[in-house]
Amino acid sequence: MTPRFLHATRRRFLGGTASVAALASLSMPLQAQENLVPLDEYEPTFLNAAEWAFIMAATARIIPSDGDGPGAIETRVPVFIDRQLAGPFGAAADLYMEGPFDVDADPNLGIQSPLTPSEIYREGIAAFDAWCVDNQGGSFADLDAQAQDAALTALSQGEPQLRPELLEFWSLLVQNTKEGYFADPMYGGNAGMQAWLYIGYPGARANYLEWVGRNEEYRLGPVNIAGERA
Amino acid sequence: MARTDPKRDVVIVGLGWTGSIMGIELAKEGLDILALERGPDRSTVPDFQYPNVIDELKYGIRFGFMQKPRNSTITVRRSLDEVAQPMRRLGSFLPGDGVGGAGIHWNGQTWRPMANEYNLRSYVEENFGADTIPEDMTIQDWGVTAEELEPYYDRFEYMAGISGQAGNINGEIIAGGNPFEAPRSRDYPLPPLPQQVDSQMFGEAAASMGYHPFPRPAANASAAWTNEYGMQLGPCNFCGFCERYGCINYSKASPQTCILDALKRYDNFSYRVNSEVLRVNLAADGRTATGVTYWDDEAQEEVTQPADLVILAAYQLHNVHLMLLSGIGEPYNPRTGEGVTGKNYAYQMTGGTTLFYRDVEFNPFAASGSSGISIDDFAINQIDFAAEGFIGGSYITAGLSNGQPIRGISLPAGTPSWGAEWKAGIGEWYGHAMSIGSHGSNLSYRDCYLDLDPTYTDPHGRPLMRMTFDWKPNDIRMTQFMRSKIEEIAQAMEPDSWRSGYKSEGARYDIRPYQTTHNVGGAIMGTDPNTSAVNRYLQAWGQHNVFVLGAGAFPQNIQYNPTGAVGALAYWAADAIINDYLPDPRPLV
Repeated sequence: MTPRFLHATRRRFLGGTASVAALASLSMPLQAQENLVPLDEYEPTFLNAAEWAFIMAATARIIPSDGDGPGAIETRVPVFIDRQLAGPFGAAADLYMEGPFDVDADPNLGIQSPLTPSEIYREGIAAFDAWCVDNQGGSFADLDAQAQDAALTALSQGEPQLRPELLEFWSLLVQNTKEGYFADPMYGGNAGMQAWLYIGYPGARANYLEWVGRNEEYRLGPVNIAGERA
Repeated sequence: MARTDPKRDVVIVGLGWTGSIMGIELAKEGLDILALERGPDRSTVPDFQYPNVIDELKYGIRFGFMQKPRNSTITVRRSLDEVAQPMRRLGSFLPGDGVGGAGIHWNGQTWRPMANEYNLRSYVEENFGADTIPEDMTIQDWGVTAEELEPYYDRFEYMAGISGQAGNINGEIIAGGNPFEAPRSRDYPLPPLPQQVDSQMFGEAAASMGYHPFPRPAANASAAWTNEYGMQLGPCNFCGFCERYGCINYSKASPQTCILDALKRYDNFSYRVNSEVLRVNLAADGRTATGVTYWDDEAQEEVTQPADLVILAAYQLHNVHLMLLSGIGEPYNPRTGEGVTGKNYAYQMTGGTTLFYRDVEFNPFAASGSSGISIDDFAINQIDFAAEGFIGGSYITAGLSNGQPIRGISLPAGTPSWGAEWKAGIGEWYGHAMSIGSHGSNLSYRDCYLDLDPTYTDPHGRPLMRMTFDWKPNDIRMTQFMRSKIEEIAQAMEPDSWRSGYKSEGARYDIRPYQTTHNVGGAIMGTDPNTSAVNRYLQAWGQHNVFVLGAGAFPQNIQYNPTGAVGALAYWAADAIINDYLPDPRPLV
């Protein structure tokens, strides 16, 4: 379907044929565009080359590029994940990390892994990739889209039987992918506020009193924390 | 290293809502007061200012204003036989830290309990018979009544500038308000907030079914307000960043917007941040407190702070933790039922139904924390417990409090959580869903309690507190009853589709998904030192110069959000201290 939010914007600015990406790049402030290194030239801070290839491939299946709306690649979700893993989130800076760790405790009692999120990614990618080689005939990043979807479905259902310390790998990957898609662009993802444009979310406008109770489309496009307009 | 500082009249542990209320009320009396806050200082500017705080990742997802489990957490188990595990990350509930505490990041729903919630055990026994109460249910009376507390609710609501519509003023039922509420002495200080599309739809449907819809009482100001301390609120602009955020707009009632600047002007009041109280020190005979010992993070040393009066005003969990660590009250023993400290921990039973409308624009980002419409037709004073087979009640409500996309976009049943269909789903359904929720009581039980963990410790080497809690059949029957009522309303509203989420038979407590930060009990008030931790004035039974504020006093959880009752009890206790205790320090009961 056509994103409702773009509908009005397109009519106003571009006519009916522009893609979301084209719209975003045309209207994005010049400075923000210049700062965006192409993903194939991006030098990850935390992820190594194989891990980067995995994150590029996996996020592209979790939020694919085809169909309406941008995908994880157009919104630069891999950059977001790399930065998060390199920072306090990846290091479990806020989490209680004292032992003993009963990794087999009932899941309702919460994650009990001694590993930080960045360690879960590092070991999880390696373990899952090894499973892909054994069961799907190649590294995850080298599989075709259909096989990748099958492998991620298997991962989501616990089929690769990663060791219990890595139990959270899949849910972290999905959660962080969605975070990168929707978080303010200053964190590296949601490039050009494309994900906000797609769903019709006005970002950091934070002032809507006159729209309360009105059953009609909100017509102003998003702004980000830096004050840029999409 | 360690030092001992000069004695103060009063030391207050924690500078959130209750610490601020007690601080300013006692400061007006001229007492020399020190408040100790373990977290950082926080003010509207710079901490909550636009646009920095409009950051869903930092505050909504990474919990920038919340307690860090690395610094302070609990362990959790669901039965006496289970080994408790530490809560390594936040999930089910979100205690705040820093000046303002949880008072900065709440949504602002400000309720008064039903009159029969204060004497629940007596009410049940008298109306339905003692055998209605399950053997393991440990509900108690509070030892105060709605009539006694009314002036203190009034005080809190006028201090906080609550927007709402009275339903019962001195016994007269007022159209448009909640006809089932306990009588109040006057209307709310501010008129109700404007209502979103979802709330209007719910209100119309509820009225057409013969129910009694009314606006939710909100601590998001609907108009300018100046309170008794000279603090000013401006009207809420529906920014959509309320719960989990400090208010950008000086609209949400909080210690910052309603009390702190006025309090800081008293020369006899001071506060220290990054100062975590480690224990309350007791006199040799154990019958009074001599002050507290805290960790001064700046000086990197323990400080002994003598004081004549010790006010525990931390979050419910931390007040109980300090009592257990300090020997205030005998620890509760679930096997014998003896002891009081940690007894009757309770939570909140919630559930909801989400309705999807392809052709309605709900604009969920245009939200305040607490606008919305509720009905109390199935409140705890409207249900025949004997006939329905449970004790409890809920308010049923609609009202969108945010449209932040990471925190979740409701999708119709069967939509995958990732991949092409998920992406299509969020494009199709963002802004096209609303919810009707049940916010209900959670009663107290013999084996739901708080004690010290035998294994895990905090950065100061103290045992973590251990929570033993699970859902019980009585409360699950209550929420299933509410489900049946809500689904009738949902069907009458003719959505394109709907989906429900309620606890069902056999549900176990899960600490991972956010539920509510309405943790209560453990320092319960009552009329008998053998069954309650504090008396009706929130004074420790064993140490008359220790008062314990907050939701720890609730002997079981009410069907409402707790802040209204927490605020009223703080004013009630302040009044008792000022007018009764200070002239003659002693046990007040």
